[in-house]
Amino acid sequence: MQIAVIQFPGSNADWDALHAARDVLGADARYVFHKETDLGSPDAVLVPGGFSYGDYLRPGAIAGYSPIVPALRAFAKKGGPILGICNGFQILTELGLLPGALTRNQHLRFECRMVHLRGEAEGAFTHGLAGQVIRVPIAHADGRYQCDAETLKALEGEGRVAFRYCDAQGNVPASPDEVDAEGLRLNPNGSLAHIAGIYDASGRVLGMMPHPERASEALLGSADGFTLFQSLAQHLETAR
Amino acid sequence: MKANVYVTLKQEVLDPQGDAVRRALGALGFDDVKRVRVGKLIEIDLEGADEAAAKEELASMCEKLLANPVIEDFRFELEK
Repeated sequence: MQIAVIQFPGSNADWDALHAARDVLGADARYVFHKETDLGSPDAVLVPGGFSYGDYLRPGAIAGYSPIVPALRAFAKKGGPILGICNGFQILTELGLLPGALTRNQHLRFECRMVHLRGEAEGAFTHGLAGQVIRVPIAHADGRYQCDAETLKALEGEGRVAFRYCDAQGNVPASPDEVDAEGLRLNPNGSLAHIAGIYDASGRVLGMMPHPERASEALLGSADGFTLFQSLAQHLETAR
Repeated sequence: MKANVYVTLKQEVLDPQGDAVRRALGALGFDDVKRVRVGKLIEIDLEGADEAAAKEELASMCEKLLANPVIEDFRFELEK
């Protein structure tokens, strides 16, 4: 199993993604620099978190015109699984591979902490996660998912919401400002419909603000995020 | 030719930054401030002299990169 991790100037979770894919999952994972035009022949692509191009203009905007992007689009078009994490999610929305946009956190804070997510849609990265609760970290200032009413209706109607922010039992917040026992907002950024991650129409391109790769083994405080990598391995196995 | 490109959040998009500025202005005693929206001004120097061509080019720049049509509107003006 080959996994490509795209590196942009300003990526900072590229190593975390490579570590989870290569050392924890055991895949043949390697970096692909943004200036390359060929992805090689990976089975899956990870677009990692960070602050590509310093978040200039808008997060992910300038990365959308990197030399590697046409190859990434082609990979998506032929049905290759892509996981965009944090800044990677922002980049995938800027590319139009996923609908909507990520805007400034409603409460203007950079949120760096653990959150609970409820799995909903089944897809390449979420086999068996529907109804399950996972605990993974977030680290972002621009993670408020926004889209127009029509797009939201399509996402909900087509079952493309992969993850929603929730409490430890899997209940989504009753109000946007509901807090947990520690006084932290369950929905950390004010995302529409508490959305933390969405799929494209094919169920193979996933974007999410939380970091599953940073919760890929117990040593990191949670191994819940590893389920996404296991799901990918299973997806590739059955697709073979 | 110089162009000023204004990129602003669509009216229906929440602007928490604008709200924070509004509250700060209120705290300074500017009680009549009802609403603040923060946008961007992008100044561009263009080499050409053809106004029509410049307008077309600027619209293309905005659509492709300078604005995100999902959340933002744009307008621009040319200075000679």
